[in-house]
Amino acid sequence: MSFFATVGQFSAFAGLSVSHVFRGPFFPKNFSKQIVSIGYYSLPVVGLTTFFTGMVLALQSYTGFTRFNAESAIASVVALSITRELAPVLAGLMVAGRVGASIAAEIGTMRVTEQIDALRTLSVNPFKYLVVPRLIAGTLTLPILVLIGDLIGIMGGYIVSVHVLGFSAGSYLSQSWDVLQPIDVISGLAKAAVFGFIVTIMGCYHGFNSGRGAQGVGAATTNAVVTSSILILVFNYILTQVFFS
Amino acid sequence: MSEAGQPPKISMRNVKKSFGTKKVLNGIDLDVEKGESCVIIGGSGTGKSVTLKCVLGLIRPDSGSIKIDGSEVTEMDNDDRDEVMSKFGMLFQGGALFDSLPVWENVAFGLIHGRKMDREEAHEIALQKIEAVGMGRQVGSLYPAELSGGMQKRIGLARAIAGNPEIIFFDEPTTGLDPIMADVINDLIAKCVKDLGATALSITHDMASARKIADKITMIHEGKLIWTGSVKELDNSGNEYVDQFIHGRAEGPITKHANMA
Repeated sequence: MSFFATVGQFSAFAGLSVSHVFRGPFFPKNFSKQIVSIGYYSLPVVGLTTFFTGMVLALQSYTGFTRFNAESAIASVVALSITRELAPVLAGLMVAGRVGASIAAEIGTMRVTEQIDALRTLSVNPFKYLVVPRLIAGTLTLPILVLIGDLIGIMGGYIVSVHVLGFSAGSYLSQSWDVLQPIDVISGLAKAAVFGFIVTIMGCYHGFNSGRGAQGVGAATTNAVVTSSILILVFNYILTQVFFS
Repeated sequence: MSEAGQPPKISMRNVKKSFGTKKVLNGIDLDVEKGESCVIIGGSGTGKSVTLKCVLGLIRPDSGSIKIDGSEVTEMDNDDRDEVMSKFGMLFQGGALFDSLPVWENVAFGLIHGRKMDREEAHEIALQKIEAVGMGRQVGSLYPAELSGGMQKRIGLARAIAGNPEIIFFDEPTTGLDPIMADVINDLIAKCVKDLGATALSITHDMASARKIADKITMIHEGKLIWTGSVKELDNSGNEYVDQFIHGRAEGPITKHANMA
């Protein structure tokens, strides 16, 4: 029973949050602050993650493909896996850890120290002030992060293939370019938008419903990261099914 | 409605609220007249905070009626609710200052965002309010984390009075302060409420504070108001619960009852 109660409570929260996205007043200053903290400051971690993933993909697929004399497929494998799956999922998971946790901790602390009640007594709707800027920033910036991650990931594969495995630079790039269809990149970016929404709404939801004290905020943070990570993997499957079958 | 034709500023009738199986408010009846300062006293966990939050609209009561200026607020939609909220000022127990904003912006927050006032104008008013609570204008550019507990309380008070509210709520205004700072805050509260001509509703368990800021004192016990009277009547209330509480005795009907339950 309590599972369904939680799902209901979350749905009500998400519905209310989304309804406030379309109704002012808006807080542009909060929005730009969130763009910087969610998007810009996640660049290093997303860049590093996709860079090393691209590198290791090239290395591993080389070991596998040499057995079948199919080394030339490395570029395609790297490009497709990065854009379709790995960049959005890994960026989503890294941002869940970085941003989801910080949103839950910040809003949870505001709940515990009555700052959210204070907002309401000052006639400012906490959904509009806290939730909406984060939701929009997360949904818009994650696709941008993933697009950059796509490029960096493919570059990682390129560096290993060309400088470690000794492939020709020109043919690697042209193979990558030839195999990629617009849908490969677009589906990855669409996934990223959904993951950005999941991470920010989960952070806000768990922060808003944080228990009392340091322990309550700690639990809210953990729950935000765990639920958004799992939902990212679930929705990744669902979206893949929608796009490619 | 009173005989003068003016409804009480705050009127609560048979307000009840439970959390799960725990009945927190068990039928609260309270009238606070315009310009009156009412203090609710009572032990921890007796429903003081919940009463205050019901009037503020932060918690929705299960049943009963709450009227502000004669209009029912428990079933209001959000727009009307916002209009009622704009009459309120609230000093939170821990200050509840926004730690991401400088002090002046905390004080000016309701003016800028709630009332859409120009930032420059709101800044000037905020600095005046900071001076009104006995602090220098330079404090305005500090952040809340840089202030001591007493200073945070004063800034909280400045924020509560910034919008010239008609009703001000005080949640344990002196908790966590040394006796001297507590008295400074009490004096400031009495002065601010008087200067604004505001109605005040406070909750506290600090009797020195209650005696200083109250016109009317009412005691809450187990979710009901069990005694109401003026500060003068407090020492001869004839109510043994009130006597135990104001003298801070460990032995008496309050604890006896609690131990049995």
